[in-house]
Amino acid sequence: MSATSYGWLVLAFPLAGLLVTSLGWRVLPGRTAGWIASGAILGSFLASLGALVQVQDLPREERHAVDSIWTYAATGDFDVEVGIFVDPLAVFMCLVVSGVSFLIHVYSISYVSGDHGFARFFAYLNYFVFSMLLLVLAGNFILLIVGWAFVGAASYLLISFWYRRDTATHAGIKAFVMNVIGDVGLVIAAFLILNETGQLDYLGVFERAPEVFAQNDGTIVATCLLLLVGAFAKSAQLPLHTWLPDAMEGPTPVSALIHAATMVTAGVYLIARTFPLFELAPTAADIGAIIGTATLVFAATVALVQTDLKRVIAYSTMSQIGYMVLGVSVAAYSAGLFHLMTHAFFKALLFMGAGSVIGAMAGIQDMDRMGGFRKAMPFTFVTFTIGALALAAFPFTSGFFSKDEVLAYTINRGGGYVVLALAGYFGAALTGFYAFRMVFRVFGGEPVPEAKELEGGHAAHGEPMNPMTGEPEDTDVGFPGPEHNVAESSPPMKFAMAPLAFLALVAGVVGIPGVTDTLEHFLEPTFESSRYIDDHPSAGAEWVGLAAGGIISVASIYVAYVFFVRRRGITLELRDRFPKVHAFLFHKWYFDELYDAVFVRPTATAGAFGRRVVETDFVQGFIVGGTTGIVRAGTSFARAIQTGFLRAYALLLLLGVAGLVLYFLLASS
Amino acid sequence: MDVVWFLVLSAFIFVIGAAGVMTRRNPLVVLLCLELMLNAGNLALVGFSRMHGNEAGQIFALIVMVIAACEVVIGLGIIVAMYRNRLPIDVDEMSELRG
Repeated sequence: MSATSYGWLVLAFPLAGLLVTSLGWRVLPGRTAGWIASGAILGSFLASLGALVQVQDLPREERHAVDSIWTYAATGDFDVEVGIFVDPLAVFMCLVVSGVSFLIHVYSISYVSGDHGFARFFAYLNYFVFSMLLLVLAGNFILLIVGWAFVGAASYLLISFWYRRDTATHAGIKAFVMNVIGDVGLVIAAFLILNETGQLDYLGVFERAPEVFAQNDGTIVATCLLLLVGAFAKSAQLPLHTWLPDAMEGPTPVSALIHAATMVTAGVYLIARTFPLFELAPTAADIGAIIGTATLVFAATVALVQTDLKRVIAYSTMSQIGYMVLGVSVAAYSAGLFHLMTHAFFKALLFMGAGSVIGAMAGIQDMDRMGGFRKAMPFTFVTFTIGALALAAFPFTSGFFSKDEVLAYTINRGGGYVVLALAGYFGAALTGFYAFRMVFRVFGGEPVPEAKELEGGHAAHGEPMNPMTGEPEDTDVGFPGPEHNVAESSPPMKFAMAPLAFLALVAGVVGIPGVTDTLEHFLEPTFESSRYIDDHPSAGAEWVGLAAGGIISVASIYVAYVFFVRRRGITLELRDRFPKVHAFLFHKWYFDELYDAVFVRPTATAGAFGRRVVETDFVQGFIVGGTTGIVRAGTSFARAIQTGFLRAYALLLLLGVAGLVLYFLLASS
Repeated sequence: MDVVWFLVLSAFIFVIGAAGVMTRRNPLVVLLCLELMLNAGNLALVGFSRMHGNEAGQIFALIVMVIAACEVVIGLGIIVAMYRNRLPIDVDEMSELRG
């Protein structure tokens, strides 16, 4: 089979899984739906492996394959085709997406086992994975937009999975609206590309672009900025990031799948995929790099003070994606994608660990109420710590190599980029601190009652309630199920977390500078035409960067150790001494409040005005009321004639006839 | 005889009938007055027919009689139905059509 056949198979498996689980949910017994869905994704992963082998077999110069199954719209000059584009980048994304998704599916089988929407959950998950794979395999911008929009819809469905929980449905709406802003940007960008180059499939566009656009041409910069709007909305970068923390309302596997491993990296993929355009528009690429850096610092500072476990991880996701965006924006494509891969491993792992802890806390997510789970949950403790180590870029874990590669490439560009790289190192220091803040606060210290109960052998059983608002809930469909699961007692959860922990530790081997560089060589054919392809830092420089990164990481973890273990309470003192700083960070730099004041309130006010004045007073009162008033006046006259007295009718009839006769008499004479 | 006599008589009868329809409240009398009006019309038709010397007016008068017979049948039927249902025999009381 050719590479494209495998590409179609990659798409076919999740689609089939989606159809089976969504149509057969009534007849599928027990947890079958979960296993079918997981099997579908496993099939997709195996097909990705097949595509990998096939792509590697192609000669190096033309290591890509295009195939189309249907011409959706045939016009004079160009056709819109349902076609896929298989090259190392697409295969790489397929492998990461399907591989991590498979483990998350398996994890979910345990995690939502008690939920009354089990099959629905897996149908949504499969739909999401299908959309994401469509996004990365699409061969032209039209299909890319389709996948892009599907992913947004799937994310909406999954965030609002517990649809009777108001906070969850609101978070879903927020995510969807933010994503649609990005969709609009992407659609307009595609229009500009079509308008200028007359093409929409990648190969054609990239071939024509250098002929059509001058370097830093106004149109190409605008196009790339619009692409960035799309990328930033999907990847939760400033200023379109506010949906991601709220998306933590969804079930934890959803957070792991969508909001850590796959969907939010779509923006990174988009920038890497359209790199020929960005290299024609260095201004746009620089803006991307600056915003990526700003996001990584911003999110890291916010993560320092959040107390909701999942929100801390969400902010760390934003921060890590900031690194990736920085990487692909400074033409360090393989470095950015390398970080995308390692991040998918360790962030999915962290979310799974968090899910296990939340299960042990019977749904509570507040870190202030957690502590001492070290003994009660040894497996979760070890895997979560591995994830935190990789996140903190502890020497020789996967995150260590990938993060520092991004920063080394950034420094290598010289000039102002050095400032961005230094900001990146500052962010790395914060990362180590907040990562181990989680570890020490959740697993260290005195065991809380829930932890003691778990040590005694049975999980805590709280009253079902909304962890955000404390409202009481029941456990029927639309709310979380009655059972909470921890990894220690659920083999599927363990099965999913163990390989991720392993990968989070050792996945760095594909990118050890000067030693392996496997990933870089693998992706090289895709980025061959890049003008920066030979422009990479020397192995020696990278190792200097790695040493610096390692020192920062260890130091920041030590600071966290001092703050949260040795001298517990120092953070409270700091908070009391700098209440304004704390409040500023705790309220996420007041972004939500700003958007509320700038966009939400004026819109709501305009809506209220429209409802009260335009709708009620003008339309209802004047137009509708005026028309009915005229009709009413006319009918009341007609009604007055209808007295019901037979003799009155007879009189009227007579008068009428007499009048007519009189008229004709006068008219004829 | 001049046709004017016929017409004057016809007009008298018609006005009497119309006044009856207008003023009487008993439906039976109203029907009788209607009959008067119709026959006033017949008289005028026959008078004109005689004046013109052709038979069209007389044929009209015959047709009007047939219609009048039908109308009386229906009118009397309604009055009988009113009796049966013990409704007041008074046209002013029957004002269901009031808007």
